Amino acid sequence: MKSFINKSRVKSPWLIHFDCGSCNGCDIEVLACLTPVYDIERFGILNVGNPKHADILVVTGTVNHRNKKALRNVYDQMPEPKVVVAVGACGTTGGIFREAYNVVGGVDKIIPVDAYVSGCAAKPESIIDGVIIALGKLAEKGKKVDQGIFERLENTQNFIKNR
Amino acid sequence: MARTVIPFGPQHPVLPEPLHLTLTVEDEIVKSAIPKLGYVHRGLEKLAEIRDHSQMIQIVERVCGICSTLHAMCYCQGIEELMNVEVPPRAKFLRVIWAEMHRMHSHLLWLGLFADAFGFESLFMQFWRIRERIMDLQEATSGNRVIVSVNCVGGVKRDIDAETQKWILDTMKIVEKEVLQLKSTIMDDFTVKRRTVGIGVLSKEKAYEMGAAGPTLRASGIAQDLRQTGYAAYSDLNFEPVIETDGDCYARTVCRFNEVFQAIDLIREAFTKLPDGELAVKAKGLPNGEVVSRVEQPRGEVLYYLKGNGTKFLERVRIRTPTFANIPPLLDMLPGCDLADVPVLILTIDPCISCTER
Repeated sequence: MKSFINKSRVKSPWLIHFDCGSCNGCDIEVLACLTPVYDIERFGILNVGNPKHADILVVTGTVNHRNKKALRNVYDQMPEPKVVVAVGACGTTGGIFREAYNVVGGVDKIIPVDAYVSGCAAKPESIIDGVIIALGKLAEKGKKVDQGIFERLENTQNFIKNR
Repeated sequence: MARTVIPFGPQHPVLPEPLHLTLTVEDEIVKSAIPKLGYVHRGLEKLAEIRDHSQMIQIVERVCGICSTLHAMCYCQGIEELMNVEVPPRAKFLRVIWAEMHRMHSHLLWLGLFADAFGFESLFMQFWRIRERIMDLQEATSGNRVIVSVNCVGGVKRDIDAETQKWILDTMKIVEKEVLQLKSTIMDDFTVKRRTVGIGVLSKEKAYEMGAAGPTLRASGIAQDLRQTGYAAYSDLNFEPVIETDGDCYARTVCRFNEVFQAIDLIREAFTKLPDGELAVKAKGLPNGEVVSRVEQPRGEVLYYLKGNGTKFLERVRIRTPTFANIPPLLDMLPGCDLADVPVLILTIDPCISCTER
């Protein structure tokens, strides 16, 4: 049961895309991944609108002082285990905008990032590659989370039995 | 009936970009809408103080990823006017070719996203499949799929050779055929018509009064297109603005759909008239004085105000983008519509929030 949940989670991860001060270049490339030429649905990846359904958070663009709260909010709403992919030069470091006055910097200043995708704008192939790298980390995290859940369940059952 | 306040965005499935609207609804009918902007503001205009006038080309290309080359073209035209540089004719025609390729990819992108907004997902996939052909052309001619960096002060950086020209023209034939196959779906389909005809009507007077720009203005029956002014090589090409008269969502869709074919025709004509010659002239001196430069983007008119003071840094760069002009008409359309039509209405002006907020 434990391995089944973890396996199916990695085989069909749901993805949420958050635009965080990007120039649209990476956004349309993330959307292009869903369309027939690249088609990430063949990996079972589905783009969802609700952070509560998602396993992977794909963030494009720099963080600014206004949307850092929104980014944190979306991240906190996602259930464990979760991974974050920072897309593009802006998402990783701030890129060409790093000196602008309203730019905080890369995504990793606000939330922990698991995979970085380079490029301005990042190509769909490299975005898919980044998501696949993140999936490996999702499997590892999933094992830990599941262990915790089943241990706690066993402890509770033992506690009830011994009462 | 009590009034309810519904927050729309900034993270919303239909919007690829963060835009917040506070909607006051009464029984599913929208009564008022208040926008909140600033989620993508980076402060690019201020970067002119630390980047010199030739480095700023890379910055303005990243104002918006969808119409990057048009931003750079508008900026370069302004700087060329300040420095009294005459652009060679071949560069002017190549600029038109890249600009029209960009317009095609932007309109196909919009048609797909619009289909997705009312839940027609297979149509979304079809438009984006066709769009990939144009992305391939952009990658082959400029080296990048989205940020097409070809403009420089005094001309263009890259050439399109005869072999590539033939390939582009062959691809245009395929694209034209494939987009024509979707014409009956986008124009005559029952579900598409139910979601678009008669919704969000913007009258001719209202559109003019509110200062709408681009297809939002032309779909209301006003034939105003900056390409008529003949910047770059448009004065040498046959150009008639595409207009529609109804002013509803359907008219705006048809207007953008027809502009795809217009772009194909312009590219063909530009290739037949493409003159030989050098690609760029060397720009001497430093920008001094002030200038207003305007270019027609896929979404409407973009305006650059540039002020130089004789040093290599510009004193002021001001960018006014088409979506900024189209937000007041949107706020005029929203009251009185169904809550379910709000995503369709927002997408119908083709919002580009990163342009607006820079």
